[in-house]
Amino acid sequence: MSAPLLEVDAVSRVYSRGSLLSRRSFAAVDGVSFRLESSRAEIFTVVGESGSGKTTLARMILGMVLPSAGAIRFKGRDLSTIHGRRARLEFMQKVQPVFQNPFEAFNPMKRVDRYLFATARRMTGLTDASAIAGATDGALGSVGLSLAEVRGRFPHELSGGQLQRVAIARALLCNPALLVADEPVSMIDASLRASIVNLLRDLRDRLAVSIIYITHDLATAYFISDRLLIMRRGQAVETGEARAVLDRPQHPYSQLLKASVLPPDVPSEPGARLKSEPMIRHGASHA
Amino acid sequence: MTGPVLAVAGLRAYYRTSAFGVRREVRAVDDVSLSVEPNEIYGLAGESSSGKTTLIKTIANAFQPPLQVLAGSVVFDFAGKRFDIHSLAARELAAIRWKHLSYIMQGSMNVLNPVRRVRQSFIDFAFRHIGGPLPEFLDLARKHLQRLHLEPQILDAYPHQLSGGMRQRVTIALATVCQPQFIIADEPTTALDVVVQKGVLAMIHEVQRALGSSILFVTHDMAVHANLSDRLGIMYAGRLVEEGRTADLFRNPRHPYTAHLIASLPQLGDSAPKQGLAGAPPNLADPPEGCRFHPRCPRASDICRREVPFLQGASGHRVACFHATAESVA
Repeated sequence: MSAPLLEVDAVSRVYSRGSLLSRRSFAAVDGVSFRLESSRAEIFTVVGESGSGKTTLARMILGMVLPSAGAIRFKGRDLSTIHGRRARLEFMQKVQPVFQNPFEAFNPMKRVDRYLFATARRMTGLTDASAIAGATDGALGSVGLSLAEVRGRFPHELSGGQLQRVAIARALLCNPALLVADEPVSMIDASLRASIVNLLRDLRDRLAVSIIYITHDLATAYFISDRLLIMRRGQAVETGEARAVLDRPQHPYSQLLKASVLPPDVPSEPGARLKSEPMIRHGASHA
Repeated sequence: MTGPVLAVAGLRAYYRTSAFGVRREVRAVDDVSLSVEPNEIYGLAGESSSGKTTLIKTIANAFQPPLQVLAGSVVFDFAGKRFDIHSLAARELAAIRWKHLSYIMQGSMNVLNPVRRVRQSFIDFAFRHIGGPLPEFLDLARKHLQRLHLEPQILDAYPHQLSGGMRQRVTIALATVCQPQFIIADEPTTALDVVVQKGVLAMIHEVQRALGSSILFVTHDMAVHANLSDRLGIMYAGRLVEEGRTADLFRNPRHPYTAHLIASLPQLGDSAPKQGLAGAPPNLADPPEGCRFHPRCPRASDICRREVPFLQGASGHRVACFHATAESVA
């Protein structure tokens, strides 16, 4: 039995604010645990409203923020023991991020292909220009683009969907074992969104990459994920097999979340689904 | 009341810049005609850079160069009086704004003054239209908040003390306190969570039915349109490509773009893959000849590359496509 790919063990992250005299602390993530096995690639989805701690959790898994309590182990190694450039690079090669807004992830003044070449040079150890170009073209090929389409282009010359594909291709260049995708489709137009979601699913099946998919969109979560974790105010409220959880949510918050999704078809009477229920009306009235 | 509250005819609004002798023209709104009837919610859908925001800016006459209106007219009808919004003087415009024509904006944080109490925002926006002694106005504001199921004490709060959903509700209350005939809502729920979104939409629906005003509701989220809008217009690359009653549009989308938009909506419970649309929206500084959708269109033929299709059709379901699906007989 090998070590699990990723083990998140009762992790918390506390932020404190205020001055020296009036210190107040606030747990962005509070005792969350889950594990991804290395034996099979899966899409593990984290769902929650804004402020539920999804992004803080992602940053901890990427090693950008250290947990205040608990531990995150990647292939058995505690992330807090990773020190030094070599160990850090090795970890980054295996765990790669995809961020929400591709236009913010890329420097607008820099050609997109330079990111790809720099990543290839640093992460795969290739030095020969044609080998780097070959590896880049291969990675772009797996997201449905080619180097010829991207070479010499600036971020604004690509559509949001294309740029998000380039961001995913950049992550794939290192042959990662785990992708952490923080809301990868929420900034992308509806007509292009489906293709990114399909791509993530395809990567899992074809390249056996495990993906932590962070979203607030239950419909795409249902469609691509194997397992699911629902977070609220830093805590995990429900977790399990994705379809089972979404078909029969147990926790009241999960039920509320599911009931709030507007189905994309026309109700028999206009506004029929918009009768406000008292629970919804007061559910968010806390400051 | 018989005529439409808002009639937009042949509107063209371009961004024109000229720097170092290089002229650039972005055709953000190109030949758009639509009308909004009294007591209805007209939904406007389209992806980013399809010209939705430019259209509502020109409709509200709230724009600055380089955006210019080149042709067309925007005429409001408030209680039998016609207002051609682009020929009004600044004073006349200020008189109808908020009283007859108001806004619900997306970034509710930017609408409410962060360093003043909510009460001050109400006074700034609405007091001069309602007039009378200040305590009476504040009473009216409190009653209005109560009618919208908000605590009247909100008036004494600062914006940062309220949650995002609450702030959005306050901006809705603010936009409706003068009981305007026409409300423009620009992506009011896009920044909100699903749970809060449903509550805010319910509130918009309720207040619209209570006041009998018309709403031009802009969002890219088709699921919201399905549940809220009475009629729906779909924009693509600066043009209106299809318009009709929301139910007709969803049951029988005639334009290939609309058909795709509706088919690609993810639905809770789906496990079959949805298809994305190949290609990207065109650059509006250099739009394709003919129909602007033809490079991505599965039905494109020769005529689509040469000629621009007009928005046409009977029984209120209009479509701009040479290869539109036949109208349903139902």
